[in-house]
Amino acid sequence: MGSAVPGVDGMSTMASGADFLLELRSEEIPARMQAGARADLEKLLRREMQAAGLTVGDVTVWSTPRRLTLIAKGLPLATEAVHEETKGPRTSAPEQALEGFLRKTGLARDQLTERDGVWFAVVEKPGRAAADVLAEAITAIIRAFPWPKSQRWGAASLAPDSLRWVRPLSGIVALLGGEVIDCEIGGIHSGRTTMGHRFHHSGEIVIDGTDDYAAKLRAAHVIVDHAEREGIVREGARKAAADAGLVLVDDEGLVIENAGLTEWPVPLLGRFDEAFLEVPPEVIQLTARVNQKYFICRDAAGKLANAFVCTANIEATDGGTVIVAGNRKVLAARLSDARFFWEQDRKTPLAVQAEKLARITFHEKLGTVADKALRVAKLARWLVEEGIIGPDLRHPATKNLRYSREGGNPAANAAPDWTPAFAGVTKEELADQAELAARLCKADLVTEMVGEFPELQGLMGGYYARAEGLPDAVADAIRDHYKPAGQGDDVPTAPVTVAVALADKLDTLAGFFAIDERPTGSKDPFALRRAALGVIQILLSAEVRCNLTAVFRNAIASLFGSVLDRAVAGDVNFAIYIEKIGKVQPHPSLPAPEFEARIADFAAELGDFEIKLEPYSELALEFLRTAPVVVGKTPALLLAFFADRLKVQQREAGVRHDLIDAVFAARTIDGGGEDDLVRLLARVHALQAFVTTEDGVNLLAGYKRAANILKKEDYTPAEADYVREPAEAALIAALDAAGPQAEAAVAAEDFTAAMGALASLRPAVDAFFEAVTVNDADPAKRAMRLGLLDRFRAAVHKVADFSRIEG
Amino acid sequence: MAETANPAAPTKAQPLSVQDMILALHAYWGAHGCLILQPYDMRMGAGTFHPATTLRALGPQSWNAAYVQPSRRPTDGRYGENPNRLQHYYQYQVIMKPSPADFQALYLGSLFAIGIDPLLHDIRFVEDDWESPTLGAWGLGWEVWCDGMEVSQFTYFQQMGGFDCKPVSGELTYGLERLAMYIQGVDNVYDLRFNNHGVSYGDVFLENERQMSKWNFEVADTDTLFEGFRRAEAECHKALEAKVPIAAYEQAIEASHLFNLLQARGVISVQERASFMGRVRDLARGSCEGYMDRFRPEWEAQFPGWTA
Repeated sequence: MGSAVPGVDGMSTMASGADFLLELRSEEIPARMQAGARADLEKLLRREMQAAGLTVGDVTVWSTPRRLTLIAKGLPLATEAVHEETKGPRTSAPEQALEGFLRKTGLARDQLTERDGVWFAVVEKPGRAAADVLAEAITAIIRAFPWPKSQRWGAASLAPDSLRWVRPLSGIVALLGGEVIDCEIGGIHSGRTTMGHRFHHSGEIVIDGTDDYAAKLRAAHVIVDHAEREGIVREGARKAAADAGLVLVDDEGLVIENAGLTEWPVPLLGRFDEAFLEVPPEVIQLTARVNQKYFICRDAAGKLANAFVCTANIEATDGGTVIVAGNRKVLAARLSDARFFWEQDRKTPLAVQAEKLARITFHEKLGTVADKALRVAKLARWLVEEGIIGPDLRHPATKNLRYSREGGNPAANAAPDWTPAFAGVTKEELADQAELAARLCKADLVTEMVGEFPELQGLMGGYYARAEGLPDAVADAIRDHYKPAGQGDDVPTAPVTVAVALADKLDTLAGFFAIDERPTGSKDPFALRRAALGVIQILLSAEVRCNLTAVFRNAIASLFGSVLDRAVAGDVNFAIYIEKIGKVQPHPSLPAPEFEARIADFAAELGDFEIKLEPYSELALEFLRTAPVVVGKTPALLLAFFADRLKVQQREAGVRHDLIDAVFAARTIDGGGEDDLVRLLARVHALQAFVTTEDGVNLLAGYKRAANILKKEDYTPAEADYVREPAEAALIAALDAAGPQAEAAVAAEDFTAAMGALASLRPAVDAFFEAVTVNDADPAKRAMRLGLLDRFRAAVHKVADFSRIEG
Repeated sequence: MAETANPAAPTKAQPLSVQDMILALHAYWGAHGCLILQPYDMRMGAGTFHPATTLRALGPQSWNAAYVQPSRRPTDGRYGENPNRLQHYYQYQVIMKPSPADFQALYLGSLFAIGIDPLLHDIRFVEDDWESPTLGAWGLGWEVWCDGMEVSQFTYFQQMGGFDCKPVSGELTYGLERLAMYIQGVDNVYDLRFNNHGVSYGDVFLENERQMSKWNFEVADTDTLFEGFRRAEAECHKALEAKVPIAAYEQAIEASHLFNLLQARGVISVQERASFMGRVRDLARGSCEGYMDRFRPEWEAQFPGWTA
């Protein structure tokens, strides 16, 4: 019954708008927070203005370490006036109706207007001056500002609810059309004065408005536009390098950070002692970047040069000589630490360092990092010995997989052709190298250098391995075994590296799944999603063929073996206890089924012994008791986890998740579930190509029809002799031909041919549904026809579980 | 609000000696209203542990103080062989409560007072928040860089002993040796001029570093240290029961240092480490709570509306 009519009043029509300037000055805002603060400031202003009914056009936001500035051009000078009319009861209505209306509107009788025998409550809301709206908005924005971390300060902080800001807020400039917008918060009054550069300028700067703001600050050695400062840092650093005959190593993160640390950036080039270049370049770069925020340079040949570029915040009176000298000294101190670490670390072979890993807990239940390295070594060796990883991963000779892109030639279905001496490496040598690399891959964690720079883990191990003369393949594997660390990272392809990288991730996954530490929701404290994604990326990119279930089983077996070994070795009482059980111990080197059987027996024997055990043995005992259950269910949990990760990973490539489900649900030729990701994806690709064709769409429709009928109708398979209708006979013939064809093609991993075989069924299926009544009055005929549909469904399932396909 | 003006560069025949630098800082902060206190007469890891900072940061009354605190970090000992690392060094500590509005300007003024020209040297405030789980304390602030070198820690305390700071204190910590090395242009701490009469930092402290490194790492009797830790812990609890929280806090300081020595002796395993740190934290926090309890009625009466 209420209506709001925007009124026409003088203010809103004459207003062409005014420019708004807001500067919030504070002590140094952390560089990393400035971009977010700019976005938040604009967002909050727009929100406040929208709530008040003021239209905001273009907004410019700038930041320096000491100020956040917002400029909004052409703000209306007032909000629109509002004329609000609410219809009430008729004047002839009973008194109670009028009283109710007055209560509701909060008006007195003489404030109502009568028109045509009806009472109206008329409210005129005049437009509000933009200055008033902004004054309220400024304090509201400051109070609501979502800094990642904020603080209280000064005398006002005696009260618990005193103002919070990222660092103490020291001044507010608020001008609309050149007039000060009066407001006050936390004892700070708005005005038109600000401050210039901390050292290059003294005294207050009086701002007239948006037009002179940036220029006046520039005159006071402050460049308020962060983008301009970023340009100065970027170009200035490049030029400083070029002037020295060098090439700057671009680093946009450093550009932004240095621009966020300065109001008047001045890039300066300095040199450091050439002798430091013996330290690995990554170490120098990290030291310079992380600790000192310096750029580094390369020479014309692309080698790291003994130069750095720092960014000062002043135009120094001596041109920067003293600043460069000071920075050089700081960098030299840091680099001499790094060189000291580099020299110290190389005095100890990695094998000796690796022994110290026994002191580092990997996880309370999963033992030490030394235990982990040992498991990874065994698993890496096993992957090679099983032929899952060969000396030449991508060589066609090791491949038996052919699918659509190569025309689906079933003749290519040869057994994996192991070439013992291929590329000069025998299987045994490869296994040895993988095992060695895995045993040493975590050793750099106890080096001084990685202690100082944890992000150099892996990389330093690679350097140290090479320095002590280990084969390149081993050093590379140590260096790269953490890869890929995410979607964009390099994926290892060298056989030794692939073996170690896979084994490391698989052990982590098996371990945490075995102790039921699976990711939930947004929580993934052990980065298991990334580990699984890494495994998927490696398997697919190097086309490593394996049945994941078997691999998981092996990793889990190895885990229990390791827990058992450790407890036996570290606790005499536990060793005696285990001996008392008196059975042959389960060991991960046993074939999977035998291990499972033995561990079940073993766990059953782990009764209650009244011996005092070490805390770790107690944990181990408890864990070993869970072994039969864990060994039983964990591989399937892991496979489902991988299926989810694969769907996420393939989404970007446009692969449909329902088709991945359909193939995961299909049986392999040996009757097991599909768990070879390379084959699985080939099958999904072929399926995706097929289901979008006309044949595919129709076959899917036919399948769904058959499946629905089968779901509805109960039937017992029966044999009956009667004269088949032509369409029925044709379908039988088609199935007789296509069934074995599809099966053979799947066995040959020629999935395009398998889809072709399915496609060949389509006319017969369509004709069958057209001409034949499944629910025949004769129960024998009905059973036979339902059986035929069942056969059709089974034939389709040989290729993929079509019930999972959407649409 | 006052911000640093650009004072004319001082002309100095030679940079300040270590002791003159301390005297200059004393004169400067004394002139700006700080009490000039002396070092606390106990072994501690940092100037923040001095009760003039830890305990005085609690409560509503104003408090301004500056002092030198010898700081002991047994694990940093290098037998006098490292040019930068010492197991005993000096921190210059300033605490102002409530934090003055011009605290940054005051700090920059102190750098100028010891001979750092801000138009010749690049001075920057780089984000660095501070947290001491041991003291149940944290604050926001910066490390202050001079030509890329960290010369001070600048912190606005937000919590101490688990209590919100009402009001907030501003805290400055200068690493004196590092600053002096910078001002004097010296690469080895032992080469610093301690005074202007021919005595170097090495003359005063080199032998001390050699002997104390040896004692910290090799000699100190670990049973005695463990026993000392247990006794300090027990004494702290006893003092808390007797409602003498300052005495309790001294025992927390003692326990903390004994723990550091045990660390240097390498007899505390990774797992034990966390538990020892937890015990020290309980002592320090308990002392702060005791201190708060002791003065709460008085403070609430003096500052209507104030609550711990």
